[in-house]
Amino acid sequence: MPRAKSGDPMRQPVAGWLFVTPMIVILGLFLVVPIGMALWVSVSNWTGRGTPFGGSTQFVGLKNYTDLLTKQGLARQDFMTSLRNTFFYVLGVVPLQTVLALLLAVLVNQKWLKGRTFFRTAFYFPSVVSSVAISLVFLYLFAGSGAINAMLGWFGVHGPNWFADPRGLIHLAGNGLGVWDIDKPPAALADHKVLSLSLWEWIKGPSVAMTAIMFQVIWTTAGTFMLMFLAALQDLPTEVEEAAMVDGANARQRFWNVTVPHLRPTILLVVTLGIIGTWQVFDQMYVMSQGKPGKTTLTPAYLSYQAAFTNQKWGQGAAMAFLLFILIFLLTQAQRWLLRDKDEARTRKIERAQRRAARKAVSA
Amino acid sequence: MSGVGPQDSRGAAAVATPTTVETAAKRTDDGTLVGRSSSTKKVVFYVLLVMFALMYIFPFIIQLVTSFKTQTDANNNPLNLIPNPVTNEAINRLLDTKFPRWFFNSVWVALLVTVGRVFFNSLAGYALARLKFRGRNALFTAILAVMSVPGIVLLLPKFLALKYYGLYNTPGALVIPLVCDAAGVFIMKQFFESIPPSVEEAARIDGAGTFRTFWSIVLPMAKPALITLTILSFQGSWNELGHFIIASNKEDLYTLTRGIAGFASGGLGSGTQFPIKMAAALVMTIPTAIVFVIFQRFFTQGANAGADKG
Repeated sequence: MPRAKSGDPMRQPVAGWLFVTPMIVILGLFLVVPIGMALWVSVSNWTGRGTPFGGSTQFVGLKNYTDLLTKQGLARQDFMTSLRNTFFYVLGVVPLQTVLALLLAVLVNQKWLKGRTFFRTAFYFPSVVSSVAISLVFLYLFAGSGAINAMLGWFGVHGPNWFADPRGLIHLAGNGLGVWDIDKPPAALADHKVLSLSLWEWIKGPSVAMTAIMFQVIWTTAGTFMLMFLAALQDLPTEVEEAAMVDGANARQRFWNVTVPHLRPTILLVVTLGIIGTWQVFDQMYVMSQGKPGKTTLTPAYLSYQAAFTNQKWGQGAAMAFLLFILIFLLTQAQRWLLRDKDEARTRKIERAQRRAARKAVSA
Repeated sequence: MSGVGPQDSRGAAAVATPTTVETAAKRTDDGTLVGRSSSTKKVVFYVLLVMFALMYIFPFIIQLVTSFKTQTDANNNPLNLIPNPVTNEAINRLLDTKFPRWFFNSVWVALLVTVGRVFFNSLAGYALARLKFRGRNALFTAILAVMSVPGIVLLLPKFLALKYYGLYNTPGALVIPLVCDAAGVFIMKQFFESIPPSVEEAARIDGAGTFRTFWSIVLPMAKPALITLTILSFQGSWNELGHFIIASNKEDLYTLTRGIAGFASGGLGSGTQFPIKMAAALVMTIPTAIVFVIFQRFFTQGANAGADKG
């Protein structure tokens, strides 16, 4: 402290560390240490009784991981089912929520529009409301006797009993087009098993129940991403648009040739954030479906919770959490790489080439 | 999605005034063609907007209306916007459960988490932005790493730790793990870096201690960031589900999200206690709606702060 007078007044080792101590304690105790504990549990046979550290709990190596990835059995079948479900869920949700978000942003961004704030508020509001509350409302909207089916009734459509319907959309589509009979799947697909699931099961598509959850998530999240698109749209210099107008470009040409290229980084951001977020889906499954019907709404996050807290297979639950962690980590890295500053990457490449050339010159 | 008829006419009615304004304003443009095409464009825009607005508002209206319906009315007339008969039966039945207790828990948990986050996040954010000390950069890198850990994979680890520390099923388990978060520290650090350092330097020369400078000079300048952080923290903790699932299994320690999620999972498919569920959802939504309407500006800032870090 006394040294502070002589040098930089902001040189404050004691105060600095004091100020960050609460953060270090909280994040250390409730984030870093727990991850270590779970890492141990994921290689142990703890059954939830007593303490996982010591006692009768034993080290079992990578057994919990191999049970999920390489060993034939129910554990792997469930895990693969959850990956299949979430894959189709992501495939449906991400493109639709991105398009809807962009559409809403373009609509709200019109300068002549009256009541812009009202519309923006309406579209963004679901993003700030509790997922539990929204899930309850959608449970009712999509109930057998709910509002959605009543509306479908206006058009003479007899809606499904959404949350009790495990049939896959791709199975249904194939059935409708006459490609296959949903009750008698083609043997070529039904008899070949890959990673504990038949090909027929792999290509199932999201179930009707999952589709209802997807509608909910798209509806909720689009507002958040709309704000990101709006921010980007407001950055678009009006001169560029005007120049295109002077050049005789019509509205559609201006949208595709001026607006969309300008939005490319934001689109990339929204898509990657969407992918990372959707792989973590948990709340909706906990409230609306608990993995049912027919395990078609199981997701890795929910399955991990269920394995540990309901079935007392803590090692397996922890192993699943880490596998999900790795998956999301890889997705995040891929995002960083995709969103990296192109110019920066280029200069680094040039520098590397120059260094190589220099080395060559020296050695020659 | 449906019922295009009535929306069409409403959109057309709404568009009537702006169109005339537009033609007047657009006279510098190159001719009548643009004016005509842009007025039909406007009709299309308004029709689309009204349709989407209905799609976004409708679920909340259903939620509100159904809270005052009887069980039979809710099952038979899901689309009727006037309850017949109007009843507060659902609300009364909610009050007979532990619902009031859960509401109270949600309130005090959200308040404490918010106060904790605002204080601890800004302390750490300030140190990381301004104070120079050995290890600061390493610490900041560690925070970025922590931020990339998805919350959902932490459920099981946090449960193990709470059990181990003897906090599980105590009120502390609901609050303590949440009183500081890496993302909040990050937001505050970014903000403090945007304030010119000259003001604090003057204070330091006058002999004020580091904490006093922080508390009475820097924090008051950080008001917008503090409001954003307050709102994000309150909303985050009010809506949090995962942490409260693993922090306790005693009904008396449930928050609203945890308690209501529990009794929602009772029935699948059709016809179970919808007025009560809608009333519960409604009570949960109201505080968020109030905060949202008052502080809308700050919500959008928060959302974009989240975008920047990605």
